Amino acid sequence: MKKKRVSFSKLYLVIVMLITYLPIAMVVVFSFNDSKLPVAWKGFTWKWYQELFHDAAMIEALKNSLILGFISCAMAAVIGTLGAIGMARVNYKSKGMIEYLSSIPIMVPEIILGMVFMAFFSLLNLPFGMVTLVIAHTAFSIPYVFMMVKARLVGIDKSLEEAARDLGASPSRIFWDITLPLILPAVASGCLLAFAMSFDDVVISIFVNGPRMSTLPIKVYTQMKTGVTPEINALCTIILIVVVLVLLVSSFFRRGKKEYK
Amino acid sequence: MKNKKNLWGLCVMPLYFFTLLFILGPMIYMVTVSFAKNNGGAYGFTWNFTLNNYTKIGDPIYLQCFIQSFKLAFATTILVVLIGYPFGYFMAKLSPKGKKIMMFLIMVPFWTSSLIRLYGWIIILQVKGVLNTALKTIGLIDKPLKILYSYPAVLIGMIYALLPFMILAVYSSVEKMDWSLVEASRDLGASPAAAFVTVTLKLTLPGLLTGVILTFVPSMGLFFIADILGGNKIVLVGSLIQDQLTRGSNWPFAAALAVILTILTSLMIYLYRRITHVKDLEGIF
Repeated sequence: MKKKRVSFSKLYLVIVMLITYLPIAMVVVFSFNDSKLPVAWKGFTWKWYQELFHDAAMIEALKNSLILGFISCAMAAVIGTLGAIGMARVNYKSKGMIEYLSSIPIMVPEIILGMVFMAFFSLLNLPFGMVTLVIAHTAFSIPYVFMMVKARLVGIDKSLEEAARDLGASPSRIFWDITLPLILPAVASGCLLAFAMSFDDVVISIFVNGPRMSTLPIKVYTQMKTGVTPEINALCTIILIVVVLVLLVSSFFRRGKKEYK
Repeated sequence: MKNKKNLWGLCVMPLYFFTLLFILGPMIYMVTVSFAKNNGGAYGFTWNFTLNNYTKIGDPIYLQCFIQSFKLAFATTILVVLIGYPFGYFMAKLSPKGKKIMMFLIMVPFWTSSLIRLYGWIIILQVKGVLNTALKTIGLIDKPLKILYSYPAVLIGMIYALLPFMILAVYSSVEKMDWSLVEASRDLGASPAAAFVTVTLKLTLPGLLTGVILTFVPSMGLFFIADILGGNKIVLVGSLIQDQLTRGSNWPFAAALAVILTILTSLMIYLYRRITHVKDLEGIF
């Protein structure tokens, strides 16, 4: 009886995962298809990969997305981490309100954030482009870092910092030697999540990108409305491979760390 | 002592600065604009106080749009709960290695472009697509099904995009649940179903509700899914706002729509906090 139930639950997990991966598999398969339309298999080709590497606009969009992801992630990492550390120790009256406000970007539908930024940036006369994109992406990246670090700080053994203080360490020394190493995993996972969101964002970017700046998701979106070229399939396949490699490497490192502990 | 206080104060300065300037500022501006008078033309509005933008939402055409968005969001959320809750629950019962593999399998699609995955669905669902070819080969249908550019296609796309959030929220809730409570209730004579409803479901409610929020709130705004898979047949609040901003150039009206949408979604989050007494959204963080 019990065994039967276990196998049902496993079957369920497998079926849902198969459906999840079906569209991804389609994209990968059709990236090798020798036809412009994704309807029937016409034979194997590397053509789309070659065209992709020669498509300057696509490479440019990919570059923009990577730059945007890294800068906004780095800014969010600094602002979010310092903020979470400081917030745990100050008792300003405005604390709760600021925490609530900073979480708004992930609490309201993306479209609202997009339009609000668009309106506000044009009020400030900021030139639409990378700068506005970075500000917008930083805004929705901060909550991820902030909340991850905040949760980690709650779990940290306070006696470690007290012991360091009793032994005469300066506040900055305590920060660099005790607090930072302890919260670094939280910062890293917050950043990863934020980068994934930034790299995939269409809705917010489309409002603040300006006429000339194009990120990868925006490029894909415009193609999907006008007509997709199989190059996109090829690009997605490459990204998929990179993602799998990165996740494998990071899980490998995490495992190594646990054994060390 | 005072010195140290200043140091921590300095730490929160960037967060305060950024939040006040780039979150509070834009929000206040949006609310203000929503009361301004539209002049037509690009970005044209004057600072004359009016409630017209709000009364306009009562117009059946726009009201219909809100209702349609809510219907779709509800349908999406219910289906995501029905699919995602068992998934998260079963996943939490796997062996540590099984959990790790599952987590990996969930993270990979999360990292690949959601647009591309939608495109994968187009390949599957289109008239001459993979699904129709497969069904025809088996002999289940003679005429191809027209799923793409219809309501079911949008629903599939929405469920597909939002399911991982529900799974992760439920999973982390079930994962840290105290199983001895379930065992105790079983020992005291509760049937498996009764034990599930009275103990498991209750203990995992915060996770489930987090999943509901993380599904419902974004689904109100994911206009591009309806746009791509629905082929402009389904107009959601999201598309309406975008349309008012770009083609309609009616900023005050778009702002009013956004204010109403923000209030509605904040209300949901407020209710969530009242019910669960949890401050942060559980599971994702």
